[in-house]
Amino acid sequence: MSLHLLKLGLKGTDDEPRFFPQPGELKSHYDVVIIGGGGHGLACAYYLARDHGIRNVAVLEQGYLGGGNTGRNTTIVRSNYLTPEGVRFYDASLRLFQDLSEDLDINLFYSTRGHYTLAHSDDAMRTMRWRAEVNRHQGVESHVVDRDYVTQAIPGLDPDCGGSQPVMGALYHAPGAVARHDAVAWGYGRAAAARGVELHQKTRVTGIQQSGGRVRGVTTDRGTIECDSVISMVAGSTPIITDMVGLPTPIEIFPLQACVTEPVKPFLNTIVVSGSLHLYLSQSSRGELVMGAAVDPFVLHSTRSTFGFVEGLADNIVDLMPFTSRLRVVRQWAGMSDLTPDFAPIMGTTPLSGFYLDAGWGTWGFKATPISGKTMAETVATGRNHELIEPFRYSRFRDFELVGEKGAASVGH
Amino acid sequence: MKIIDCPVIGPRPAAEFTYGGAVGAPPVEDPTPDQLAEHVFYRAGAPGVLREWWYHRPTGRWFVLERNTATNDILRTVEPEEVAYAIPML
Repeated sequence: MSLHLLKLGLKGTDDEPRFFPQPGELKSHYDVVIIGGGGHGLACAYYLARDHGIRNVAVLEQGYLGGGNTGRNTTIVRSNYLTPEGVRFYDASLRLFQDLSEDLDINLFYSTRGHYTLAHSDDAMRTMRWRAEVNRHQGVESHVVDRDYVTQAIPGLDPDCGGSQPVMGALYHAPGAVARHDAVAWGYGRAAAARGVELHQKTRVTGIQQSGGRVRGVTTDRGTIECDSVISMVAGSTPIITDMVGLPTPIEIFPLQACVTEPVKPFLNTIVVSGSLHLYLSQSSRGELVMGAAVDPFVLHSTRSTFGFVEGLADNIVDLMPFTSRLRVVRQWAGMSDLTPDFAPIMGTTPLSGFYLDAGWGTWGFKATPISGKTMAETVATGRNHELIEPFRYSRFRDFELVGEKGAASVGH
Repeated sequence: MKIIDCPVIGPRPAAEFTYGGAVGAPPVEDPTPDQLAEHVFYRAGAPGVLREWWYHRPTGRWFVLERNTATNDILRTVEPEEVAYAIPML
């Protein structure tokens, strides 16, 4: 035991530096107000301050930092998408993730595991080949592997899946990784605060002022703020914010649930996904199996968990990995997914000058944290969509230029 | 388990139902591209009371529910005739 720890034990921790400084009252004016203190909001604040010198920034969070979908996802980082636009965007994110622990001086437990998307039918194999070709064309390492390869690579797998849906092969994506999601938010938050950004927790936005076609300020339950720009980075609460400024969106909210089992000895060193069985799993550094499924079947603005979810997931996971029947689920939870019709995000400028949107993150938001922060910061600094997010622009639905990612963005297809 | 009051055979477990999404407004005739995009893609996404199509699989019947999407409380069932519209001829 170190002497320092002994001293803390005797004296208490009151005099120790805090991870986040306690902000005082809200100022009357900020250059930029970011609504939402999750990974995306904190990352954007960090890149605004670091890359663009915009430091008069407030992050307003109605709950606590990283308490929304940032802390509720299954921590997977990958870039094996279906469209060139998606692959380029998520690959840039993955590259930022790889150096992020050093940049932010915090251990993100970033662990490159390799990522298998299992195919149980000829149709699924066709989609895997398609994704592999698109990925490799963009310089991303993905290839199709056969059933024997999968069987050897994934310990505990029953390649016949109990006989009902035998595995035919998989898309193998070498850079697939997991990271400690809370630490991503904390690291970005601390680094942003160190550069002068104010992080206001338990501060709910209740209205947004606009006049003459541009944003003027926001009203919160702690007072009114004037500002030049507002960025909405609130995932599952997006329709509430866009309704405040009268901006229609195609976003609908569906709960997405996940669960973990009790910890067991490390045995699974890859990430396994099956679209047909609607599940994905990986083993955390603590030994728990982290598992998720498709979104709930109907619109709901709630983070309640259901027994039906665990029942359905267990039914499939026991077919895929029979030994898991001996494991107990110790925790389950849900987040609110903001789904778009084409399964791609909505990012960048909007018809309302000074109002920026970072939304439509559905089931694919965590892996985009660094790049969405970086591209949104540049978009706000220059007033023009960053080239990586131009395909995801707000107007793409009216332009009938959708980015169809359904085949790669989630498991519910 | 969540119970949904089926107008055909009374209260049934929610697992017997399939969600059909919000009841939309009728498409307008000769729409502009903007109107078409709105009809096809745009939705009322905020929490509140929504009219939605639900399908009861065992009895094979579609019907409409009014449901609070914040609390998941079902307020009432609506006869399809109330919300049905004739599809414009193209």
